[in-house]
Amino acid sequence: MHKLAEPTMRRETRLADRSEAIAFVVMLVFVAAAPFFAYPLFLMQVLCFALFACAFNLLIGYVGLLSFGHALYFGWASYVSAHAAKVWGLTPELAILAGTVAAAVLGLLAGSLAIRRQGIYFAMITLALAQMMFFFALQVKFTGGEDGIQAVPRGRLFGLIDLADTMTMYVVVVAIFLAGFLFIHRVIHSPFGEVLKAIRENEARAISLGYKTDRYKLVAFVLSATLVGVAGATKAIVLQLASLTDVNWPMSGEVVLMTLVGGLGTIFGPVVGAFVILTMQYKLAPVGEWVLVIQGVIFVACVLLFRRGIVGEIAARLRIRL
Amino acid sequence: MKKIAALTAFATIFAFGSASAQQVAVKVGVLTDMSSLYADVTGPGSFLAARMAAADFMKDHPDVKVEVLSGDHQNKADVGSQIANQWYDVGGVDMIIDVPNSGVALAIAEVTRQKNKVFIGSGPASSDLTGPKCSPNTVHWTYDTWMLANGTGKAIVKTGGDTWFFLTSDYAFGHALERDTSAVVEANGGKVLGKVRHPLNTNDFSSFLLQAQSSKAKVIGLANAGGDTINSIKQAAEFGIVKGGQNLAGLLVFASDINALGLPTAQGLIFTETWYWDLNDASRAWTKRWHAERNATGKVPTMNMAGVYAGTLHYLKAVAALKSDADGRAVVAQMKKMPTDDPLFGKGEIRADGRKLHPAYLFEVKKPEESKYPGDFYKVRATIPANEAFRPLKDGGCPLVSG
Repeated sequence: MHKLAEPTMRRETRLADRSEAIAFVVMLVFVAAAPFFAYPLFLMQVLCFALFACAFNLLIGYVGLLSFGHALYFGWASYVSAHAAKVWGLTPELAILAGTVAAAVLGLLAGSLAIRRQGIYFAMITLALAQMMFFFALQVKFTGGEDGIQAVPRGRLFGLIDLADTMTMYVVVVAIFLAGFLFIHRVIHSPFGEVLKAIRENEARAISLGYKTDRYKLVAFVLSATLVGVAGATKAIVLQLASLTDVNWPMSGEVVLMTLVGGLGTIFGPVVGAFVILTMQYKLAPVGEWVLVIQGVIFVACVLLFRRGIVGEIAARLRIRL
Repeated sequence: MKKIAALTAFATIFAFGSASAQQVAVKVGVLTDMSSLYADVTGPGSFLAARMAAADFMKDHPDVKVEVLSGDHQNKADVGSQIANQWYDVGGVDMIIDVPNSGVALAIAEVTRQKNKVFIGSGPASSDLTGPKCSPNTVHWTYDTWMLANGTGKAIVKTGGDTWFFLTSDYAFGHALERDTSAVVEANGGKVLGKVRHPLNTNDFSSFLLQAQSSKAKVIGLANAGGDTINSIKQAAEFGIVKGGQNLAGLLVFASDINALGLPTAQGLIFTETWYWDLNDASRAWTKRWHAERNATGKVPTMNMAGVYAGTLHYLKAVAALKSDADGRAVVAQMKKMPTDDPLFGKGEIRADGRKLHPAYLFEVKKPEESKYPGDFYKVRATIPANEAFRPLKDGGCPLVSG
């Protein structure tokens, strides 16, 4: 048995690695070529949301935890990084770091409360905490209430490179996105990631095997929140503004939508999902609030017709892992 | 000031030197709320107003080609600034007008300054646009929070409403309005008896209104906006507050709100605006055209739409004078240099900090039996001259003025 099984498995992993590598190269080419065809500011936003969705996917796709309050980390990271860049005058990399740390701390606090419950209760606790912090953001002085933090300087990276130039900023955002993406890829394929998947499949069995699942879940939660923070903090620097939109609950819903449309539990899915949803919002902006209706229809269609999402369906058709 | 004048002179010479009698193409973007809470106050009506201004202008200046487009910022600062960035970078838009929602407007003002284009605010309320956050690329046309607080507060205290109670929307905009109005009331010898804060988008105002009623204040100041104002006025009518002898003072009320409320509910409400369709013959004629093209029954034009029309017209005049729209700062400087004159706001001027000056009016909503025809809503209680209606230049803290 062993002698037979081992080479097959190795071949499968190799195949999987190859399909992932090809997909990664396709993505790289796309990201490199895109600014010459599309509007760079829009692309940077897509990349921020792609990272946001990837980080969210780490939690729902690989641990099976549906958090409905990820806007909390996204929005607060953007507030903290905007404040750091504007008021404290930090360089952009330090501002993004400050936002990331804030998101990590918030993730630790919210996570340690939320992971004590499963399923819908978990989702509700995350939502409640996120809404609490939304109202906090609405009231405290430094967020500027409904005005948000405006005119955030992009500054100079490491005090040297001027980010006011759109292409320079684009390169930086791509670097941040790729770093986050590869980190998530590494986490998923590490022994730690295997345990996460085991918890997703059957938590009781994982416990019986001696894993302290709560700890794994908490670490995954904090990791996810931290990476979401990177995305939020970067977005604040790119768009030069942090606003209530990013902390409000529709944002938490939007990231669920992106992940589902792209493909839950696939590593490329959230990227595709973010691209699809944002392009839609962008192209459909003239019809205003109807965007939400159209998004709702797509959500329903997605759940009914291709439940694995775009990338998930492709992967299943071609019998590869993406 | 000297610097700006010199810059204008230079830009003028440059423009006259290079571009003689060739066609100038101008693109105006109406960035507004097309579908949500401010859509009735601005929205499609503003878009139409800008198109009317463009048509009127092109009739007199066939050498200038004006194109008007519209965008929906969905009341999100990031959506708004993304549209603005794209309009300026790839859409070839030279000027953005309207932008209700102060948060979005502040973001647009910043983008506009960076790209050296022109932003004319008609919809936003925040007086910060011509205060600490003023910009050489911004003109604030129709109204602002200082003018609302001052106009309504002062006039009411002077006509005997000297004790106040505030019903305030619990966020920055409401707080600012309440703070400014309290200061005006007290400076004019009035007294603030108390205040209560309600959350944004509230449906049930009963406990807040009961507090206001039992305060025995002569005037209940509504420091809120949109749906909250409408709901609080409706419910105040149910509690018989106005019938009981207390007056409601709306700090931010538009003609379309009165239209939505109906006169039986809104009667007796006192507030300040800078334009009303039934003020004079020119406004009435304009409104008739607006109605014909808007083609929607039961809508009335608001002061924001009038501001969009007048602002677009004045901008185009400045562009025609410069024969160029390339340098936003120069166009705004030219706009400030030329006195304004349009059928809706009459003669006026734009101050160094970007504030457009015109008279404001204290209106009272008519009783149903006083209203003779559809849209006959207001009677003028007082006219506040242009030099008293807006914040004095030195109090704004605008860096353009001191430097």
